[in-house]
Amino acid sequence: MNSILSDKRLRYFFLAWWLLWTLLQYIMLRQLNIDQVHAITDSVVSNILLAVSCFFISNNMKYYLPRREKYWYVLVISLTVSFLWMLAQQAIMWMIFNEADNYSEVIHASWSIRFGAGFLLISSMSMFSLLWYSQQEQKEIESRKTETEQLSKEAELFKLRQQLQPHFLFNSLNSISALTGSNPEKARHMIQQLSDFLRGTLRKNEQQWNTLEEELKYLQLYLDIEKVRFGHRLQTEIIFKNEILLFKLPALLLQPVVENAIKFGLYDTTGEVIIKITATTEDDHLKIIVQNPFDSETSQPFKGTGFGLSSIQRRLFLLFARSDLLQTNKENEYFITTILIPQISDGNKRKNN
Amino acid sequence: MKVILIDDEPLARGIVKEYLQSYSAADLVAECSDGFEGIKAIQQFEPDLIFLDIQMPKINGFEMLELIENPPAVIFTTAFDEFAIKAFESNAVDYLLKPFSKERFDKAIQKYLQHANSASTKQVIETAASSPLQQNRIVVKDGNKIKIIPVNKIHYLEAADDYVKIFTAEGFFLKKRTMNFFEKSLSAYHFVRVHRSYIVNTQLITRIDIHEKDSHILLLSTGEKLPVSKTGYSKLKEVLGI
Repeated sequence: MNSILSDKRLRYFFLAWWLLWTLLQYIMLRQLNIDQVHAITDSVVSNILLAVSCFFISNNMKYYLPRREKYWYVLVISLTVSFLWMLAQQAIMWMIFNEADNYSEVIHASWSIRFGAGFLLISSMSMFSLLWYSQQEQKEIESRKTETEQLSKEAELFKLRQQLQPHFLFNSLNSISALTGSNPEKARHMIQQLSDFLRGTLRKNEQQWNTLEEELKYLQLYLDIEKVRFGHRLQTEIIFKNEILLFKLPALLLQPVVENAIKFGLYDTTGEVIIKITATTEDDHLKIIVQNPFDSETSQPFKGTGFGLSSIQRRLFLLFARSDLLQTNKENEYFITTILIPQISDGNKRKNN
Repeated sequence: MKVILIDDEPLARGIVKEYLQSYSAADLVAECSDGFEGIKAIQQFEPDLIFLDIQMPKINGFEMLELIENPPAVIFTTAFDEFAIKAFESNAVDYLLKPFSKERFDKAIQKYLQHANSASTKQVIETAASSPLQQNRIVVKDGNKIKIIPVNKIHYLEAADDYVKIFTAEGFFLKKRTMNFFEKSLSAYHFVRVHRSYIVNTQLITRIDIHEKDSHILLLSTGEKLPVSKTGYSKLKEVLGI
């Protein structure tokens, strides 16, 4: 924890305060007709002792911050230290000027004022220290909290991205295994595609932004593999205008949505399945619509989709702090997933990273 | 030995076909790409052995087996399904994890030749019925048609000898299962067994009236009335938090 004296400005402030206080005491003593030597010695000695007392109290607070009995503690410690301070300065002054004169009379008569002033300063110092160190502690807790949050957010994003569907992987390997016998050339091609796809999954950073063009290319790899698996049953249609190819979106966001649509479409219906992917713009947002057929009679999409869409929803929330970016609805026999991706400027993006 | 392949991926069927070629005794009588075709083919050909994928369109492999009176011996083929694998491990039925080698395939065939019996198939169906794969729906046979009933469309269930009547807006469907089975598997979906012979969808309850000493009557939003026993009433109170 930072000590009070670690702050340069505060150090100067304390020094100025000490000088001012010493000067005041000197002037006061002079006004009471104390001679120069006595006045200087007295004000310097008592104020040095006062500074030591303040330092002691502040240091004390650094290692022990009272919790419940806060204010009583401040009162008691300030009183005790003030009392000790009085004793110490009286003793020292007694040792230096061991004589009875005008000075000792004044000292004698003014002990209550001295004690009052000392107590005021010491208690202000302990109050100030208490607040200072409480604030320091708070700051530390705060920064630890933000750090933890940041870490868990990163970990969560990482985990969401890493959810490689084992079903997809093992079934693809099974298709390759089948092809090695019947069509080695095609098997090799599929191994190539699967490798490129997996490399993309591993290499990409979840907070990285890619152009729609790159993401569509990556998606195509995935679709090609799925088409080998499912044969003519699976058909896809991708619609976009060339000018939006440079719009950006978070890496690996689109593929899981399409994967979900394919799984949903293929397992909820029999016969041919057309998955339609449309990319457009809407109010500076990139809008991607994925459609798959489903059976309204029997399906319970929100229970059935399981991990697929909720993880996308979560990712969008972590990235944009908005929960309205993913929407689903049903139209005729189609299940429609719509994602909006805000197009943020470079400055904003850095902040997000 | 009559064999049928049921898998929705053509290449996955291809590899089993290829491996089967070394068994001259095996006669591949049909290839099916979903459970509906599978049921038809099994009824038509009465095979000795089927190779069955689990994740398939509309109804999964387990649900398909449930709908067959006397299921043949099965070798399951699946890519990844932790629950299914658990169901297999406690049974004599073999399973092949995709992709599998010819050696592993041969072993499965050997196992089938030594232990084949349909009792173990039935055992697997029992275990698999509580799989998360099919908990939120019930597949029944309605004449020649196959009906998939999502659990939230069920009003209530009524015991009927060896069967259970499943009441929906379209009337009732019969399923050969015990009340205890449904009581357990549907408890996660707001269903409560309110009576020895009745399990009710609590989300449809509109009123509970006192009938006689120790018994009540339930009124559903669909207009149906059901008796509630004393123990049923205390279970109901617990679930509804009243």
